[in-house]
Amino acid sequence: MEAEKRAGLWELFFTFAKIGALTFGGGYAMLPMLQREVVERKGWSTEAELMDYYAIGQCTPGVIAVNTATFVGQKTRGDLGGVVATLGVVFPSLVIIVIIAGLIHNFAELAVVKNAFAGVRVCVCVLIFNAVVKLFKSAVTGPATAGIFLLVLLGSLFLDWSPVAFVLIAAMLGILLQNIKERGKRA
Amino acid sequence: MMFYVQLFYEFFKVGLFAIGGGLATYPFLHELGPRTGWFTVEELADMLAVSESTPGPLGVNMASYVGFSTGGVPGAVIATLGLVTPSIIIILIIARVLRAFRENRLVDAAFSGLRPASTGMIAAAGIGVVELALLNPELWRQTGRLADLFQWKAILLAAALLVLTRWVKWTKKLHPVIFIAASAAVGIAFSFAGA
Repeated sequence: MEAEKRAGLWELFFTFAKIGALTFGGGYAMLPMLQREVVERKGWSTEAELMDYYAIGQCTPGVIAVNTATFVGQKTRGDLGGVVATLGVVFPSLVIIVIIAGLIHNFAELAVVKNAFAGVRVCVCVLIFNAVVKLFKSAVTGPATAGIFLLVLLGSLFLDWSPVAFVLIAAMLGILLQNIKERGKRA
Repeated sequence: MMFYVQLFYEFFKVGLFAIGGGLATYPFLHELGPRTGWFTVEELADMLAVSESTPGPLGVNMASYVGFSTGGVPGAVIATLGLVTPSIIIILIIARVLRAFRENRLVDAAFSGLRPASTGMIAAAGIGVVELALLNPELWRQTGRLADLFQWKAILLAAALLVLTRWVKWTKKLHPVIFIAASAAVGIAFSFAGA
């Protein structure tokens, strides 16, 4: 078995500060950065674990980016690691917001900011698409998981339900399908 | 001093009750402003606009901004810490439980259902961004012309990025931030927001 990579506390802080600084938009926009930095570059967690964290983050209180940082930090360096990774992910926000709020009035109204962010948003679309393709390959392993994917995708788009409902239903479906599979083997 | 304790407490509550990501904090802040007199609903709308157009998780940006505008730099730090404290405590507990039950067959089965579900939720969120960044449903509804539905400049950029990030050998390994910076530059050069 491959030895788990252990992170230094500063390394955790800086990696998550970097991720926080490069995330534009909601927690899902953080995914491409997490895949690059945490999975590919550092090897602190796997693609599958990121999905677990994301699913749990959907139905526990708090910002998903923070929940994921706490999970990854805790996994590599225990409770202190969880706290340090979280402080890292919020640090750039604090600095940037304080500078902008303190110095620039009407920041969001500036033409250059509006145009830049319209461009960034296009890039975020593409990055999320690429992230989803990667996740899809590791999460959807057969017709049953493909069904769950479609069900939740369409449900999230067209129903006004809380994500908690989807997470609970998907977990129950997972257990149900597993039981059916095992019963099929025994018979 | 009492003010900072209250600031921490209020954001602790937001962090504890807002479930499902950054925008979930908004309704709580909407109620918090008028109740405490710390900021008005109009000011909150401005804070949301800035939080959406700066890097960092939305909920954290909002807490930093509200904290800063009510209590300066210490306010920003305290509000942000208040927001993340419940998450940290809850996730640290769950992480332990999860480790203890990692080998459990039931937990494993549940996660095999959760993974495609979280992929589906992220895909849905991505489609929301596509609507915002590449389409123009408002204009389309007004004019009824199909050509008005699409933001052509944005779609061209998206197509170029897709090719560069997926198929061109020497660009697809580049760090995502390079594509983000390039897109910001393209957005400014071709005034993507029409501003």
